[in-house]
Amino acid sequence: MRIFRFARTGRGKAGIIVLGFVLGVALIGPLVAPYDPAALVSAPDLTPSRAFPLGTDALGRDVLSRVLWGGRSVVWLALAATVGAFAIGTAIGLVAGYSRSLVDPVLMRTVDVILSFPPLLFFLIVATSVGTSELTLIVGIAIVLAPGIARIVYSATRETSVRGFVEAAVARGESTSAILRREILPNILDSIIANFGLTVTFSVLLVAAVNFLGLGLQPPAANWALMISENRDAIAINVWATVAPAAMIAALTVGVNLLGDAVSHTLGRSDIGAPAITRVEGT
Amino acid sequence: MEGDTVVSEVASTLLGVENLSVTLENGRPIVQDVSFTLAAGETFGLVGESGSGKTTTALALLGFARPGMRIVSGDVEIRGERVALHDEGAARQLRGRLVSHVPQDPATNLNPALRISESIADVYKAHRGSEGADGAVRRALERVHLPVTSDFLRRFPHQLSGGQQQRVLIACALVCEPALLVLDEPTTGLDVVTQAHILQEIEHLHRERDLAMIYVSHDLAVISQIAERVSVMYGGVLVEEGPTREVLTRPRHPYTLGLARSIPTHTVLHRRLHGIPGVAVGGVQTGCPFEPRCEQRVARCGVEAPPLERVGASVVRCFESHRTPPLGVTDQIAIGQRANGAPVLSVEDLLAVHQHQGRTVVAANSVSFTVGVGECVALVGESGSGKTTIARTIAGLHKPAGGRIVLAGEELAASARDRPRALRRRCQIIFQNPFESLNPTRRVIDEVMRPAFTLRGLSSSQGREEAGELLSRVRLPDRLAERYPAELSGGERQRVAIARALIAQPDLLVCDEITSALDVSVQAAVIELLVELREELGLSLLFITHNLGVVASIADRVLILNRGEICEEGVVDDVFVTPRNPYTIELLEAAPSLHIAAQ
Repeated sequence: MRIFRFARTGRGKAGIIVLGFVLGVALIGPLVAPYDPAALVSAPDLTPSRAFPLGTDALGRDVLSRVLWGGRSVVWLALAATVGAFAIGTAIGLVAGYSRSLVDPVLMRTVDVILSFPPLLFFLIVATSVGTSELTLIVGIAIVLAPGIARIVYSATRETSVRGFVEAAVARGESTSAILRREILPNILDSIIANFGLTVTFSVLLVAAVNFLGLGLQPPAANWALMISENRDAIAINVWATVAPAAMIAALTVGVNLLGDAVSHTLGRSDIGAPAITRVEGT
Repeated sequence: MEGDTVVSEVASTLLGVENLSVTLENGRPIVQDVSFTLAAGETFGLVGESGSGKTTTALALLGFARPGMRIVSGDVEIRGERVALHDEGAARQLRGRLVSHVPQDPATNLNPALRISESIADVYKAHRGSEGADGAVRRALERVHLPVTSDFLRRFPHQLSGGQQQRVLIACALVCEPALLVLDEPTTGLDVVTQAHILQEIEHLHRERDLAMIYVSHDLAVISQIAERVSVMYGGVLVEEGPTREVLTRPRHPYTLGLARSIPTHTVLHRRLHGIPGVAVGGVQTGCPFEPRCEQRVARCGVEAPPLERVGASVVRCFESHRTPPLGVTDQIAIGQRANGAPVLSVEDLLAVHQHQGRTVVAANSVSFTVGVGECVALVGESGSGKTTIARTIAGLHKPAGGRIVLAGEELAASARDRPRALRRRCQIIFQNPFESLNPTRRVIDEVMRPAFTLRGLSSSQGREEAGELLSRVRLPDRLAERYPAELSGGERQRVAIARALIAQPDLLVCDEITSALDVSVQAAVIELLVELREELGLSLLFITHNLGVVASIADRVLILNRGEICEEGVVDDVFVTPRNPYTIELLEAAPSLHIAAQ
């Protein structure tokens, strides 16, 4: 599979290592955490010691245990929201880009309206009207991120839908869904994947920002974003309580982006790299 | 006599090229060991197909190598001055003054933001400073017969026609009055009539100024009209060189022979074309580069590179050139059955329009014609004549504004989707650009078998089996079945597109300029295939093209399309021999022909 060729590039390898580490911490962390993340185990704001390698937070909870526990919700929320955003955005972009009827302007203008709305304001409204839960968080972030993806998919679809092989499919009377699924989608996949990394980043940052503002998960849940918000007052006393979760969020976004770049790079190159004579007459 | 000519040739040598070699940065050779000389005032043709190294050779004469390439060795001398092959700054001193270059595509080579006068003056200023630029620009425009009015000088490239743009490019090259002009495919992409005008212009310059020219082209017919001597390149190597007439009438290298036999000409009707088997491999390998495709190869061709040898008036790089058969008269295609009974396709009073920025442009106006069972009808027109729109309308991709299209006795709905499956199956379209017409993410076999499922309801295993048979029918080796389109050459892709059309078992094939993106030898092979398929399957063809030579070879009847209207139609033998419409006459006169040149 050409899609797996990214693993051979330097960027791809770095991405796998960084992302593997973050995902490992998020998944296995809770199993190896020395303490209960919500338990008050010691005096507050201790600096690192043998018993508490990253010290304790403002309430006297073990920072290491909270870091090991706090990845799950960040990773899961960000990925779920990103996948949701891609599902919505790709569907809208494909249908609007391929349709030559009123569907196109109606969908795309709706997208423009959502794009022009400040994301955090949107969350404030959602959170105050529906209340905060994981589901509202995921759906909310997906709706905020979908328009950007829809725009990219839309223009890629417009470009592809006038190419010869799509016209050939139209001429033989393929159904619209077959044309979108078989002819167009596989050929715009590289521009979609190229944006996956960036969207995950936005999604992580949104999850973090929303949690930081207290609109997402509520204490005492362990969550990297929430930890930054809880411990920022004590940053002068135990810097690790803020830096450790911040570093994990940074590693997550960097890892995803390295990987996304590597994948889209190898996908995009596949046409050129083939050992074929791709010159047109006279060039 | 013989001795005298040699002496006078040496005395007036303008350009000498010796052992010129160009490689890619990684060392792969692109041009190897090319040597030739050019006398003052001579026109020299450099012919080759894609990847032959002709453009690279031409650019090296200006001391230039395209990014990613390197001139590794060689000696180029123009009027006694050596061209610096490795020093861009020094090479620049010679350009414009001694040698200048006319690039291929005027649309992309003129800066759209600069006025005509600025474009030409820029070249002058770069080499001679700003003094006298104005006068030089005017003189250059006069020499290419463009108006020297202040209104014209102030125009932007997009306000000119393609022919005028090309003239401006030639004026850019002439503005510093060089001794040698290198023209790289200056008429490719232009309509035949415009091409004929530009060729006249070049001819005129040549006679008036005694300007030496190197004319690079893939089109042997064009070269035969203006070059006194011609050199044929293949795989980065110069394989044959000699007086144009000699090379055309008695080619000595098997590749030249193959090329001559594959070029269609409108002056010989129903001539069977012969493609060169195999695929051109870029770069030089050991031995003769043409060896894998050569029919007269012997054992040593694969290991030893043949030297240039004098044969008659030409020099040839072939061990076995004495075995190259004469060009001879090639066989004729049996004329297809004349239309009898009800036609497969009848187009009645078709009106097709495009909406362009609020304006309505008529692409086809009251177009009526029929295609009989087993008949090949050619629809001929220049770019913008509406021929592609007609094809798309028949295929259900463009909604007609009026008229009827009747296929096998049933009227067709405007959109392909509204047509019943049986009708969609009966008419298949093949597109112009083989690089666009196959889905890049699907394997060849899957692409070919898809219509068997959509249009005939075959199961996947039946479809796969039939697709496999069709691939061998269009002469594609089995190993290509599991490949992706990007791994195929242009000719191979077009064969896949033909197989994909054939699997629907159509009555009518609509071929929209299907050979115009291909090299001549590949074009001949594709035409050869279509002729065979027609004979075997009794297919009807609507063959859309701008190439009159192809029409003369393959078609029974011809329709000449001018600005969306059919201005003349009839049997090819009548229309091509005794054309009536002035536009048809103009087209036929403008079309270059090998046959005329050889006489």
